[in-house]
Amino acid sequence: MNLAIRDIRYHRGRFILTSIGLGLLLGVVISMGGIYRGLIADALAILHANKADIWVVQQNTNGPFAESSRIPEDIKYRIRAVPGVAEASPLSFQTIQIERHGKPFRFFLIGYEMSGFGGPPEIVAGRGIRQKHYEMVAARAMGMQIGEKIHLGLHDYTIVGLTGKIVSSSGDPVAYVSLVDAQDIQFKKDNDAIRNDRERIGANLANIQTLSPAQGKYLQQNISAITESTHTVNTIVVRLAPGANLHDVQERISRWNHFKPISDAEQTAILAKGMIEKARMQLGLFRVILLVISAVIISLIIYTSTLDKIKVIATLKLIGSQNRVIIGMILQQSLLMGFIAYFIGYGLILLTYEKFPRRIVLEAFDMQILFVIVMVICVISSFVGIRKALKVEPGEALGG
Amino acid sequence: MDKNMYAIEVERLTKIYGKGETAVTAIADATLQVKPGELVAILGPSGSGKTTLLTCIGLINEPTHGTVVIDGTTVADEGWKSGIDLKRMRREKLGFIFQAHNLIPFLTAQENVMIALEINNMTKNEAKSRATELLTSLNLGHRLGNYPSALSGGEAQRVAIARALANKPRVILADEPTAALDTENGKNVMALLKKLAVENYSAILVVTHDHRMVEGFDRIFQVNDGRITDEKSNLEVGASHERG
Repeated sequence: MNLAIRDIRYHRGRFILTSIGLGLLLGVVISMGGIYRGLIADALAILHANKADIWVVQQNTNGPFAESSRIPEDIKYRIRAVPGVAEASPLSFQTIQIERHGKPFRFFLIGYEMSGFGGPPEIVAGRGIRQKHYEMVAARAMGMQIGEKIHLGLHDYTIVGLTGKIVSSSGDPVAYVSLVDAQDIQFKKDNDAIRNDRERIGANLANIQTLSPAQGKYLQQNISAITESTHTVNTIVVRLAPGANLHDVQERISRWNHFKPISDAEQTAILAKGMIEKARMQLGLFRVILLVISAVIISLIIYTSTLDKIKVIATLKLIGSQNRVIIGMILQQSLLMGFIAYFIGYGLILLTYEKFPRRIVLEAFDMQILFVIVMVICVISSFVGIRKALKVEPGEALGG
Repeated sequence: MDKNMYAIEVERLTKIYGKGETAVTAIADATLQVKPGELVAILGPSGSGKTTLLTCIGLINEPTHGTVVIDGTTVADEGWKSGIDLKRMRREKLGFIFQAHNLIPFLTAQENVMIALEINNMTKNEAKSRATELLTSLNLGHRLGNYPSALSGGEAQRVAIARALANKPRVILADEPTAALDTENGKNVMALLKKLAVENYSAILVVTHDHRMVEGFDRIFQVNDGRITDEKSNLEVGASHERG
């Protein structure tokens, strides 16, 4: 006869409520793990979407995600000429926060060359960008409709298509525009600012006595052209030709001044270990704390449940019951509580994870490990109850 | 089994709690024998040592001195005898009935009896069949699936008796079995014990402080201040009570 099941059957209300409470706690533990996995997935989403072999960024930086990186767009031609390079495409990244419907509206804008790669990984509604200007593809999570317009910089952009769930390393949904538009949005100054800059340059040049008026005018035009240029990008992504050696290409590019070629693996390490390391540790610590709390709660529940059963245990001992019957009753209850609570927590997160503001990724391996940990905690937690039960004297069954 | 053999033999049993100046003698030099089929009472006021005597005979409390023999097996001789499995002895040779029935609250009446049988390695089906038979014989056939909380005091005590009888023990020890019952139910329980002692050929030793409940007992031991002061027949107890 299974005493644990019989006890649970009799006190099912209490047991179910306790298991639900514990399940909610384990749900938080599961969600923390899911958030951590989500952080990694988010951090690497753009990397995975681009499928680039090398990221060429500004020298001495870990750009473009971990650090600011600015390089001239035209370096793409030089990179394309490197043996082993199949494709090289410039990308521009910027985080934008504007007011929309009276609320802050934040997203990550990627500008890509329409003849290159690095654009939306998929189009789930509408179409991709076909015109060089004023068209945008937005991630579905932005909540925008096809045909809707959004004002950025100096112009309005029309949503022509929706892409799937792609976010930046900070979890903001991603929108795509052409590289030219992205550069305009990021660098193009309005007319007043341009006039102001030109005046200032002209005034500075006028102070140089050795310049003739013609030289001054020539210099002013050239300097203005440089300062007004928007042909700057954050990175150039490179795909290698089949059979090309990654290290050879990296070594070749790293010989040039001002540029740093980061391999996809290095970029993954920068994002996964660098950018989200603290968040990982924080979440890990929370998980440990919550698991310790769960262990304490299970111990207390089992201990008080054992105290409630002192007379029962004494009676069992008095009628000659073996210790294994009593240990089994306590241990099985503890394990069953952990088992049910685990699946309550798991079910809860499974039903709600899509409603979380950040991505939750539930990985089978994590779930299996957590299950084992919960079971081990249940075994350890039941020791206090078992210890108490083994100390009960059969004589305690006597008396009123 | 030898019909002349005692089911319980206690010789100069002494139980002392504590040591030195704080030592308290709970029972001193108690000697008694109970034959199979006999219903015997240990009568005495609270604190007289009668429950201590019962726990020593019931292999719960280790006697300080003296011998205890259960069904021909010496279990204590100046302390527990080595090599004796007390749990097994309790399981196989002894049945216990308690003051407050001590049924396991989360088991039905039938399961409360079955647990005693399963602990003694009986299969589930055999245990179920034996429990049903026992409870039916005690007029509890209609209460098999009821939890103790749904039973009356008398019914619960009868389930407890069925549990005590489950493994057909040679000795049944009852600690104030009528304390939680009204007089009528108490007398019914005692009458049932008397009947069972004869039918099952078990020695039944009942500890009680209530002299009204020992009607029909074969022998009564009076305990006062840890000593068996008297052994009387039932008639003598009734007469002395009337005089008192």
